This record gives sequence, structure tokens and C-alpha cells, in this order.
Amino acid sequence: MLQYIARRILAMIPTLFVISFLTFFIIELPAGDYISNQIAALKSTGESSSVAKLEFLRKEFALDRPFFERYLIWVGVWPGPHGFDGLIQGNWGWSFEFDKPVSDVVGPTLPLTVLLNFATILFVYIVSFPIGIYSATRQYSWGDYGFTLLGYFGLAVPNFLLGLILLYLFNRWFGLSVGGLMAPEYIDQPWSLNKGLSILAHMIVPTIVIGTSGTAAMIRRLRANLLDELHKQYVTTGRAKGLSERKLLTKYPLRMALNPFIADIGSLIPSMVSGSVIVSVVLNLPTVGPVLLSALQSQDQFLSGFILLFVAVLTLFGMLVSDLLLAVLDPRIRLGGRASS
Amino acid sequence: MSANMNGNGTENGSTVEHYVDPAPFNPATTEDLTAEQERFYQASQWQIMWWKFKRHKVAVWSGVVLILFYLCVPFAEQIAPYTPNTRDSLHLYAPPQPLHLFHEGKFVGPFVYGMKSEVDMVNLKWVFTDDKTKVQKLRFFCRGVNYRFWNLFTADFHLVCPAEGGTLFLLGTDRLGRDQLSGLIYGARLSLTVGLVGVAISIVLGLFFGGIAGYFGGIADNLIQRLIEIMRSLPELPLWMALSAALPVTWAPVWIYFGLTIILGLLDWPGLARAVRSKLLSLREEEYARAAVLMGAKPGRVITRHLLPGFTSHIIASATLSIPSMILGETALSFLNLGLRRPSVSWGVLLNEAQNISVVTVYPWLMAPVIPIIIVVLAFNFLGDGLRDAADPYK
Repeated sequence: MLQYIARRILAMIPTLFVISFLTFFIIELPAGDYISNQIAALKSTGESSSVAKLEFLRKEFALDRPFFERYLIWVGVWPGPHGFDGLIQGNWGWSFEFDKPVSDVVGPTLPLTVLLNFATILFVYIVSFPIGIYSATRQYSWGDYGFTLLGYFGLAVPNFLLGLILLYLFNRWFGLSVGGLMAPEYIDQPWSLNKGLSILAHMIVPTIVIGTSGTAAMIRRLRANLLDELHKQYVTTGRAKGLSERKLLTKYPLRMALNPFIADIGSLIPSMVSGSVIVSVVLNLPTVGPVLLSALQSQDQFLSGFILLFVAVLTLFGMLVSDLLLAVLDPRIRLGGRASS
Repeated sequence: MSANMNGNGTENGSTVEHYVDPAPFNPATTEDLTAEQERFYQASQWQIMWWKFKRHKVAVWSGVVLILFYLCVPFAEQIAPYTPNTRDSLHLYAPPQPLHLFHEGKFVGPFVYGMKSEVDMVNLKWVFTDDKTKVQKLRFFCRGVNYRFWNLFTADFHLVCPAEGGTLFLLGTDRLGRDQLSGLIYGARLSLTVGLVGVAISIVLGLFFGGIAGYFGGIADNLIQRLIEIMRSLPELPLWMALSAALPVTWAPVWIYFGLTIILGLLDWPGLARAVRSKLLSLREEEYARAAVLMGAKPGRVITRHLLPGFTSHIIASATLSIPSMILGETALSFLNLGLRRPSVSWGVLLNEAQNISVVTVYPWLMAPVIPIIIVVLAFNFLGDGLRDAADPYK
């Protein structure tokens, strides 16, 4: 098992490099950089007194170097103006827009982002598991049809629109603002039990909004997988030998169907993280989503680059967890390298 | 069939005399085909798929709905009562005008009541009320607001127009007095085609990479597999956001539109490439593909001539299923101000007006674009499901 974990984590390193390179490439796509744009703006207004300072800043952040060098300095495997000082060394860069280190800007939002995504995944599992089993064991019942229909809507209604609609309805019916991740009086307050409870209460709507499409997809898959298993002969054999329905279900077909159920969470995580970004913007949640949007709009490159990398790493980590869970569950994977499917 | 029967005869028949029927063997007598079976075996693959697809009623109806929606793409100018950027400064944030048929118990045909407007000095907004004395009958096949048809020539023919001097805001107006319904109809033009162009791009990329990986295998396969894995593990939307933020603001709307479709297609191909690869891997082992290779066909020819027809239907099905995600991608980006902008009109651009929740609470009709988006996405999902079921007609 340890060997499997080690191998799996080692395999992540090249992936991380590719992803960090892609991220850096994307954020460097717009012409110029934050500071050179400012210099151009200053020059066009005829103000040249602070240009020298900005030029100095460009040197300071190695923005005057070629692309590959900048990338390596950013990651921290190449000496920059201050020696090795990049992501690996724990320096996440400088946010020009906020005039603060990136870690200060995004710091408070990171735990909430992770918490929100974790809660969503938990929600998807908890809701889709019983419903999937119910739909499969009572195929073509009214309940099954109802959940299938609901599932289609869950897949079709994009999460940010669902957020918008819920926001409107709650406002209309209860005069309640569901935006934000805590009641206004707790913002900037130290942590306390009440603050935690407030956050939990505010998490419900975003979790449902982000998790609905994932839940719908998981219900569909669990239902299909379980139905495949239920029609196999060993189930009939078990039934013929007098196993109780309940024991029959939990002992064999469910365990078989559980495997793809857990493996699929890996493919759902990216879409869920995507969803959390845009839903956070709509519902005004203090996660990395709104920060990313404003950073992209103002071309605050180190900030947006770090956030992009962070959400990518978050998904990678989620996939790692799902793979490890799978390995715990299924000895074939643990012992025989990768699953062939 | 006949060989089997002979075999049976000899098996239990060392004591029985070997019997051979003197009459010539006619397969039609042993395998009795009904007229229906006959038709089935004679039909081409595509015909069988069509029959199978037709049985999926929901998918067929979704197809019909989509065709109706896509009619807005070429004929938006005629269908819409206004142009999307016509401003009516007397009707800012006007609510939807309900359609009536009867006025004071008398049938007058489809009409709307005129609107009286007054200023609410407390909330500082216009309040519109129905003016029951003004019956504004809709005109059909009429001349209304001028437009440039496909940007080629000016015309003023509309399917439906407001009464002379009247208004027709069936879904209300926005902050500048622009008709929402006309916006939706024109917006369909960009919103619905974004998915098609994006999918076309992703099909090309998917076929290319999937084709290489599946046909050549080995190192190329390994590399492309890794690439696909990495691409699939990235959250799409943040990347879309970053890429479209990189589109220069100075670009003309047309270029922004194409840039956007390329961005949407660029991140969507891995799923398709994976499907192509696995299909190719299995088809490559078939005898007819082997035969073609042995006869000296080049890889390109084998792929396009012999292997591609085997899974075209699958590609169409999975492409249909990935159109909705592109439509939603465009909507999300434009909603966030990162995609299309006015004067281009798409459903996302229209939704942009609904970004502020306090505005939406007062003027809920700004959320109208949500409805066509949901209908189209649902329809594409059902259609794709139907196509996927029909894609393998021999199952």
C-alpha cells in the first residue's frame, strides 16, 4: 500500500510541472505585463516621474527577462533578482493590484475554498448514494422516474444560473440574502463558535448549487452500474440460495458497483471546482473565485497565476484522494498497478 | 445452417442410414425472413440508426425543438419585433406585456394593452401600469423597425410588429429600454452557433490526437494519453476565464467571437480524443483493417477510408453531448464580462444585466435568458442520449 501511495505521489510531480507551465503560459498570453501597461499609461499622460520607479519594479520582479527564465524564476528553480525565491520556496508572488504579497491577498480565502469544495463532494456522495441505490433497486418505479427527471434538470441547469435563481427566490420569499459565506456581523471577526455556525448555515445553499449537477451525474452512474450488476447471474444464484434481499444487495452487487462510483469522483472534481469558482462570483462567496475574476480583469498576473495553479492542484489532490480510496477498496489496484479500465 | 443439420444427422446415426436430401438446398426455406427482417437486413447502417433513433420519442422531439430554435439563427431579423439595440427611452425597465385575446369579453385577436408610466418618487423608478383603454392589436407580416439583413441590405419586414405607435415588450425591457425578446432571438444567433463551431474545432483536434494515439500506439499513444489525462484533470472554467481574459479588448466583435469558440474548443477535445482512440484501437484489429494495411494502404487512407466510417456515428453522438457545455461556457464567460460584449448580443451578454441581485429582485424579467438556455441544454442532452443509443444499431 505504501509503495502504491509513493508511486502515485511521485507520478504527480511531472504533472505538476506541466500544469504550472501551462498556467504560466496562459497568464502570460496578454500582451505586456501589469507594470509595463502602467508605464505606457503614465507615458501617454505625459507623466514620466514615476516611470523610473516602475522600471525598477520590473527589474525587481524579473519581468524584463525572457519567458522561460521568468517561468523558472516563478517556480523557484532558477535564481531571480533575489536568488532562488519562487513557489517552491513558499513565495507566491506579488499582487500589483492590491500592492500586497499574493499570500496576504488569497490567504484567508484558501481554507474557505477547500472547505466549500470538500463539503460539496461530501454532499454529492451522501445524496447520490442512497438515491442511486433506490433508483436501481426499484427501477421504473415512480420514485425512480422522479429522480431521473430531477437528475436531468440537475444536469441541464447550469450551476451559476441555479445560484442566481435561488438568490432571487430566497430574496423574494424570505427577504433573505443567501450571498456571502457568513453573516455580515462576523466578517473580520476572530473565530468563534457562532461564526463557525454562521458559516455552516451559509454553506448550505452554495453546496447544493455547486453539487446538484455532480449529484445528478453520480446518481445516473451508480444506477447504471448497479443495474448492470443486478442483472448478472450470481445475483440470481444468491437469491435462489435464499439470501435475504438486503444482504444480497450489500454483500455483492453494491460492492462491485462501488468501484466505478468512487473512481468517477475523480472526473467530477474538476467540474466541481470550476463550478465553485463561478458560483462564488454569483453568490459573492469569499473564496478564490471572485479574486481570480478581478485579477484576470486587471491582468494581475502573479495573483491570477497562483489561483489558477491552486485550483488545479486542488483538483489533482482530489483525484489523488479518490485514487487512494480506490486502492483501499480494491486490492487489484493496490497490488497490480493501474486499473486496466 | 445446413452443415449443422447434416452433422446432427450423422451424430446419432451410426445405426440409421445416412440420408441426403436430393432436392437443391434453398436457404430461404430454412431461414424464413419476415418482410420486416428482410427490410432490416437490406437497410444501410445509417437507415437502421434512423429507425432506432425514431423510437426514442423524447430525442426526436428535442430535435424538433432545437430545429425551431436554430431557425432564429438565419432569420432573427424577421422573427424579432425589434432589433436588439433599439432603445425606447420612454420604456426603461418596462415589465413584460402579457398577450391578450379578449377585450371586455369581445374577441379581438392577439393584442397587448398600452402602458401608462409614472415616476415613483420614493423608490425612484418608473412604474408601468396597463392602460385598459388602449388596445394595441399586433400586426403580422408587417413593416416595422429597419434592420440590415445579414448586414447586406436594409429591410423592414417582420413576422410580428407592435401596433402603430404602440409597444410590444413580451418579455419586458432592460435598463436602456431594449426589448428582451428581440435580444433573446438575436442572441440565439451567437449562443447557438458558438457550440457548433467550438465542437467542430474540438472534433478536428480530437480526431487528430485520438487518431494518432489510437493508430500508431507506442510512444505517441503514451504521450497523448498523459496529455489527455492532464487536460482532463484541469478545471475548465478558470482556464476558459484566463484564456478569454487574454483576448485583446480592442478586437472587433467578430474576432472575439471566433477567439471564444477556439478557446472553448481548445479545452474540450480530450474527451473526444479518448473516445476516438479507444474505438480506433478496437477497430484496428478487425480483419478488414488488417487487409487494407497488407494491401499497402497508407495510414491516412486506412484511418479515413476504413476506420473512420466505423465510428462516425459515435463521434456525432458525443459531439452532440458536448455542445451544451460549450453553450454554457460562452454564457458563463459573457455573464462574467469576459466573453462577448455589447454590441454583440448573446444570451450570456443579456444575462450580464442580471448580475446585480438587487436589480434582479426589482426587475425579475432580466433573468429571461435562463429559460431558453435551460431548454436548449436539456434538448441537446436528450438528443445526444438518443443519438448515442442509436449509434450502435446492431446491438
